[in-house]
Amino acid sequence: MSELYTEYHPRWLRTRVSTYWWLQRRSYLTFIARELSSVFVAWFVVYLLRLIRAVAQGPLAYQQFLESSAQPAVLLLNLLTLFFVVFHATTWFNLAPQAIVARFRGQRLHGSLIAASNYAAWVVTSAIVAWLVLGA
Amino acid sequence: MADRIALQVARYRPEQDSEVTFQDYEVPCQKEWVVLDGLNYIKDHVDGTLSYRWSCRMGICGSCGMTVNGEPKLTCATFLTDYGAGPVRIEPLRNFPIIRDLVVEIGDFLRKLTRVKPWIVRQEEKPLADGEYLQTPQELDEYKQFSMCINCMLCYAACPIYGLDPKFIGPAAIALAQRYNLDSRDEGARERRAVLSEHEGIWGCTFVGECTKVCPKNVDPAGAIQRYKLSAAIETLQSFFLPWGGR
Amino acid sequence: MPRRQLEPILWLLFSAGGVLAALFLPALVFLFGVAFPLGWLAPPSHAHLVAVIRHPITRLILFLLVALSLFHWAHRFRYTLYDGLQIKHLNEVVNLVCYGGAIVGSVVAAYAVWAIR
Repeated sequence: MSELYTEYHPRWLRTRVSTYWWLQRRSYLTFIARELSSVFVAWFVVYLLRLIRAVAQGPLAYQQFLESSAQPAVLLLNLLTLFFVVFHATTWFNLAPQAIVARFRGQRLHGSLIAASNYAAWVVTSAIVAWLVLGA
Repeated sequence: MADRIALQVARYRPEQDSEVTFQDYEVPCQKEWVVLDGLNYIKDHVDGTLSYRWSCRMGICGSCGMTVNGEPKLTCATFLTDYGAGPVRIEPLRNFPIIRDLVVEIGDFLRKLTRVKPWIVRQEEKPLADGEYLQTPQELDEYKQFSMCINCMLCYAACPIYGLDPKFIGPAAIALAQRYNLDSRDEGARERRAVLSEHEGIWGCTFVGECTKVCPKNVDPAGAIQRYKLSAAIETLQSFFLPWGGR
Repeated sequence: MPRRQLEPILWLLFSAGGVLAALFLPALVFLFGVAFPLGWLAPPSHAHLVAVIRHPITRLILFLLVALSLFHWAHRFRYTLYDGLQIKHLNEVVNLVCYGGAIVGSVVAAYAVWAIR
């Protein structure tokens, strides 16, 4: 073992990070799930593009698109997507107060106020989207 | 509550070991004892060969950071009674090379800290006769939280990005750079920007947030980093569209 | 553009995409991905959807939503590949796949929203 220890400079031990580092703590796993939500975001905007194209092609294409969205595989994927985009939205809004410092008349606004205003914007936006899409 | 508790302590002796092994000890467990007290008991009464760092024993020097039951902790601030019957597993701080037993090599952090210039930088110093630099309480509040950092490096132990890429400048260095950037007396933001906007500077951070969770002083380095990302990005945009303006 | 100045821009695109995706996608996924296929709500008529999408503001928002969400994915996925799979040494390939994909998607989106009649 003499090559590990020289008189004036001991060999330091460096442990390599495991490829499965993200499984070692619950918070790391949550973090990776949050990052992977971006894949579902990308999937759904591609899905949106297909919807727009179907609408552009006429009522029949639109009807076919609606029917295809009811196929079990697509439905399952979109259910998963719903979970992940909501997960993305909640983690995003909950982290916003750490990234943004807002002031009102010199006083620093509390983080919960920033998060609350983000959630309020979310509710309003969702309502507008629903109103536009459903035509109510 | 038992009056003794088992400690599993990591040992690494470079002259004879090629990897970390664990040694079991049993120490008294008094109500107010912290993990550091347990280690000191081992050193004083059981096994004097155990090596570890500690100093103030009150959470201000930042020397005694270790991994306790998988979590980065200050051993002077972690009560033994929190672990019930034990055993309590004590390992050196993660993500740093181990020199011996529980002692890790922190030179990397110290070099990074120096690179961000954690001191007041001014173009011209005020002459002494002009008195102090005055600062309002509001100006102090801007950076006070980030000045609480005790350089204990628990955040580096918790940061997976630093573990994966030791070139990453890391949470504490960025938080301390921000502490000076936000200080009204400082004029060195531009000098720090070059270091911070390297690829292994702030842009390596993916906001895992573990650093803020483990910080014993509530410095919130993750918040410091995200705020700096925003201001750096806005500054980059400004330099694009208004290249002749600014400082 | 120097590499040093590109990274903050990519991060801004990632952030903008994250905000838009967080605000708009949950409702859209719920409606088009779950509620309409399961019959919980009646889907809008084709004519109505055309009228909505045709509006210039809707076109703009749809384009921004798709394009920025793709850049959000690109940036985040790139770092997940670096950190999760530790393939940082393949960074040219990763960058090409991620940002290239986002650029292609944005072009397709621009054409799609422009082509509605």
